[in-house]
Amino acid sequence: MEYSKKVMEHFENPRNVGEIKNPDGVGRVGNPACGDVMKLYIRVKDDRIIEAKFKTFGCGAAIATSSIITEMVKGKTLEDALKITKKTVVEALDGLPPIKMHCSVLAEDALKSAIEDYYKKNSQ
Amino acid sequence: MNIYFDNNATTKVDSEVLEEMLPYYSKFYGNPSSVHDFGRKARFAVNKARSQVAKLLGIQPEELIFTSGGTESNNLAIKGYLFANPKAGRHIITSEIEHHAVLNPCKELKKQGYDLTVVSINKEGVVNPEEIRKAIRGDTALISIMYANNEVGSIQPISEIGNIAKEHNICFHVDAVQAVGKISFKTKEIKADLLSLSGHKINGPKGTGVLYIRKGIKVKSLQQGGHHERNIRPGTENVPGIVGLGKACEIAKKTLNEEVIYVSNLRNKLYLGIRERISDIKLNGCLEGILPNTLNISFAYIEGESLLLKLNKKGINCSTGSACTSGSLKASHVLRAMKVPSHMIQGSIRFSLGKYNKEEEIEYTLKILPGIVQQLREMSPLYEGIKEDGI
Repeated sequence: MEYSKKVMEHFENPRNVGEIKNPDGVGRVGNPACGDVMKLYIRVKDDRIIEAKFKTFGCGAAIATSSIITEMVKGKTLEDALKITKKTVVEALDGLPPIKMHCSVLAEDALKSAIEDYYKKNSQ
Repeated sequence: MNIYFDNNATTKVDSEVLEEMLPYYSKFYGNPSSVHDFGRKARFAVNKARSQVAKLLGIQPEELIFTSGGTESNNLAIKGYLFANPKAGRHIITSEIEHHAVLNPCKELKKQGYDLTVVSINKEGVVNPEEIRKAIRGDTALISIMYANNEVGSIQPISEIGNIAKEHNICFHVDAVQAVGKISFKTKEIKADLLSLSGHKINGPKGTGVLYIRKGIKVKSLQQGGHHERNIRPGTENVPGIVGLGKACEIAKKTLNEEVIYVSNLRNKLYLGIRERISDIKLNGCLEGILPNTLNISFAYIEGESLLLKLNKKGINCSTGSACTSGSLKASHVLRAMKVPSHMIQGSIRFSLGKYNKEEEIEYTLKILPGIVQQLREMSPLYEGIKEDGI
C-alpha cells in the first residue's frame, strides 16, 4: 500500500487543523471503533463557506482527506460545496489506495453533516 | 538516523550467515542429490546445517525437515499430521491468537469437515491450559499452540499444554517461530511432537524454515515429487538458504543468553521512558510475560498508522497493531481477543527490537515520540473531548 505524494504532503502538513469557536456548522462522523472520527467546522457568510477547520482521529488517508476538503470548500457557496463528492476528494489527492477509499466517504459525510447543521441552525 | 524496530516481522541477515551462504551460490552449487563432487559438497553442507539446527532445538538431526519458512512448516505440521493419521480423529484445538499461518489452515480443514475448537485467551494474551484440557474430546487429533505471540509477544505456558497433550496422547504442534532465538528451550522438555521455526526471524535468510517431527510421528507430504527430506518435503534443497539457516542457529545457540539480557534492557528502557514521558498509554501484555524484545503499546486518542507514518518520517521504523497498514481493515485479531478497547486497538504500535539495536536509538526515539504523539493528539477530536471533560 502506497500513498500518493499529494496524500503524504497533506498528511505531513495538514491545512486548517483545529476548531472554530462558535461555528456556523459542525459535522462529526465516524466512530473510534472503525478507526476514524472526523469533525469538521465551518463558518458561513452570505451562503458562502469562508472558513473550514477540522480535527481527525484516523490514519494517514483520513487526515489527508480532512485537510484537502477544508481547502476545497473554502470560498465555495453552500450549493457548490454540496457538489463535492468522495470522487472529487480522491481526485484532488491524486488517488487513494483501494483499501482507504472509505476515508473519502468520511470527508464527504463530514462536510454534508456540517452544512446540514448550518441549515438546521438557520431555519430556526 | 534510520532505526529498525520491526524484528518480529523480519531481521537483518547476520554478516557471518551471509558469508557462509555465498559460496553455495557461486562455487558449491551442486544438487545435494547428485553423486559427484559438487553434489557431495552440497549434501555435506545440508547435513552440517541439519545438525546445527538440531543442536539449537535439542533434537536429533534426523527429526527435522527443511521447508521454505514458518508458513510452510505450520501447514505441513497441521495438514500433514492429520492426513497421515486419519484414525487419530477429526478434531483440532488451537487458540485465538495464533498466527494466520496456523488459523487459516485450521479454518480450511474445518471447511473440509474437520472440527475446530479455538480457545480464548486472557487479557494478557495468554492461553489457560485448563481451557485446552476442557476442549479435549475423544476424537481430538491435534493441539496447535504458538510458543510466543508475534504481535504482543505473550509467552504461552507451553510445557503445561504439552503435558496435557501427552496425558491424552494427542499430537502437539508448537509454532515457535517467534520464540526461537528469544527464549532458551529444549524441544523435548516442552513435549512438542511438531515444532515450526523460521530462518528470517533469527537473522537468517528469508525463504528458509524447519519443521521438527518427533521420531515416531507420521506426517504426509503436501506436495508430490522426489525423495528429498524423507519424501515429506520433495523439491531440490535450497542449499545456500539451508546453510544460512544452520549458521543462524549456531550463532543463536552461542549468543542467546547474552542477547536476551542486552535486548530486554533496551526494551525496558524504551518502555519505562515512554511511560514516563507520555500519559494515557497501555502496554498490551504484561512485561514479565512477554518476549524480551517486544513492546506493543496503545496510545489513547490517536490512530496507529498516523503515528507510524510520522515516526517513519523521523527514521523510526516500527509496525502497527491496527490492521490499517496490513491490507485488511479489521483490527488486530490478537488485541481483540485480549479485549483491548477498540479505540486503543486503533492506537497500538509494536516495537520489536533485535541484537543490532543500540542504546542511542532508544534515546533518540524517546526524544522524538512524545512530540509526535502530542501533535496527533492535538489533531484528534477524541482528545479534545477528554480535555473538555477535564479528565
